[in-house]
Amino acid sequence: MNKAVALLEEKFPDEIVEVVEFRGDTTIEVKPERIVDICTALKDGHDTGFKYLSMIAGMDYSPASPRFGVVYALYSHKHHDRITLKTRLADDQAPAIDSVAKVWSTANWHEREAYDMMGIRFNGHPDLRRILMTADWVGHPQRKDYPLKGQ
Amino acid sequence: MNQVGTMQRTETMLLNVGPSHPSTHGVLRVLVELDGELINSADPDIGYLHRGIEKMCEYRTYHKCLPLMNRVDYLAGEVNNFGFCLAVEKLLGVEVPKRAQYIRVLIVELTRIASHLFWLGTHGHDLGAMTPLFYAFRERETIMDLCEMVSGARMFPLYFRIGGLAADLPEGFMPAAWEFVKSFPKCWKDYDTLLTQNIIWKHRTMGVGTMSAGDALDWGWSGPMARGSGVDWDLRRDNPYSSYDEFDFEVPLGNSQGDTYSRYLVRMAEMLQSNRIVKQALEKIATTEPGDIKVADPRVSLPPKEMVYSDIASLINHFKLIQEGITPPKGEVYQAIEAPKGEMGFYIVSDGGPQPLRVKVRTPSFVVLGSLDKLCRGRLLSDMIAMIGTMDIVLADVDR
Repeated sequence: MNKAVALLEEKFPDEIVEVVEFRGDTTIEVKPERIVDICTALKDGHDTGFKYLSMIAGMDYSPASPRFGVVYALYSHKHHDRITLKTRLADDQAPAIDSVAKVWSTANWHEREAYDMMGIRFNGHPDLRRILMTADWVGHPQRKDYPLKGQ
Repeated sequence: MNQVGTMQRTETMLLNVGPSHPSTHGVLRVLVELDGELINSADPDIGYLHRGIEKMCEYRTYHKCLPLMNRVDYLAGEVNNFGFCLAVEKLLGVEVPKRAQYIRVLIVELTRIASHLFWLGTHGHDLGAMTPLFYAFRERETIMDLCEMVSGARMFPLYFRIGGLAADLPEGFMPAAWEFVKSFPKCWKDYDTLLTQNIIWKHRTMGVGTMSAGDALDWGWSGPMARGSGVDWDLRRDNPYSSYDEFDFEVPLGNSQGDTYSRYLVRMAEMLQSNRIVKQALEKIATTEPGDIKVADPRVSLPPKEMVYSDIASLINHFKLIQEGITPPKGEVYQAIEAPKGEMGFYIVSDGGPQPLRVKVRTPSFVVLGSLDKLCRGRLLSDMIAMIGTMDIVLADVDR
């Protein structure tokens, strides 16, 4: 079994929603509430050592509900393996999750992008501003209900 | 205390660098807070080149995403397509024939040399060394010509397809590529002679923008940036794709000081390694069957153009693939490749339809630029120019 899955099953058995193996990729869906604890455990775990965060992607699964989600791609140099960590956010109107910027410094900009593009708030983020769009932009362009061009 | 003394006060100054400035390597604005000439903080303002590529992908078929991907990192156009094609092929569960894999490696490694040459020329130019630019662009031009031979275009070859390649290598390509491979080490010596032991170059780069291996990973650094800090990691070696495990190459680590000079050494050495890979790729291509460049699955690969013009079944096949597109199964994949600038990743979610539900492009430039503030604090303003140069960022790659 994947070492990350083993670690999470041991430490956070109630947080795991689903583990999917697809084309060699391991995707673990977890509940969003304890995301910082989960990420810290994966990073510091002796067998896992996911010291490197590849990216964070904000997701809009509209029209499904829960509508929003956040995806973390992690890499461990110990065994050169990857996992994808997924969460679905309960609130469709004001999606929010705790920031992992304290776990990996690189998360800072990824979370700003997810906030800018998808309107997902990251609680405890040191500097949650828009990053790609201008500060006075209205709306979140990568949401499914945002038009591709024009209004 | 005299009158002047009581009037004296100190305050920091906000300096706006860019968005249009030769040393920002594109349209980048940095708001720098200066205490004299020392940097208190640097806040990059990005997004000037945001074209919404990820969003546009959600509205078109997979094949039609390829021209967009070319333009993510426009200095290494075909590398982006390489990653995207691999990701979609992973989603589909297909593997392209060996010949196509080798040709892809060949083109991508040539592109890596071209991208590093561009970095060398502009980075040197930023720091006052004008000559390397002319030498670097001389060889880059040859690589552009090779790209033009295979596809007709220089910057955006659009030569890779999901399931293989657009066409086989044209006549005359192999001798031209061999000529480049043989002459490149000698050309490389020219750049090496100009900079590596140059005392001004060393003063401008040594000890500037240092990063420890631990911090480099924490800030998401990959590729030459991480290797300059001594992180022994190369996706081509550690997570091989497209038959990279059959190639013999080294992963250079610079002098492991984690400074701008170390990253310079890494990229310089990488060019020679890429040249080695190109040489091996040319040898391997010669052992494969010409024409075997596509997955033999009409649901994935476009039929050859000459068949489309002469055979009704191929015409229908072509029409259906272009109009309706390919339909990968429901699922999600993350595929990362070692791009010239670091880890380039594609996270693609399919709902089983002809258009992707979500395409997330993880670009190395976006990530390293996020650490500009950390690198710059307490350094001179002129060092910031060195740091932007050493990051080898392309703003199209940052903004997508």
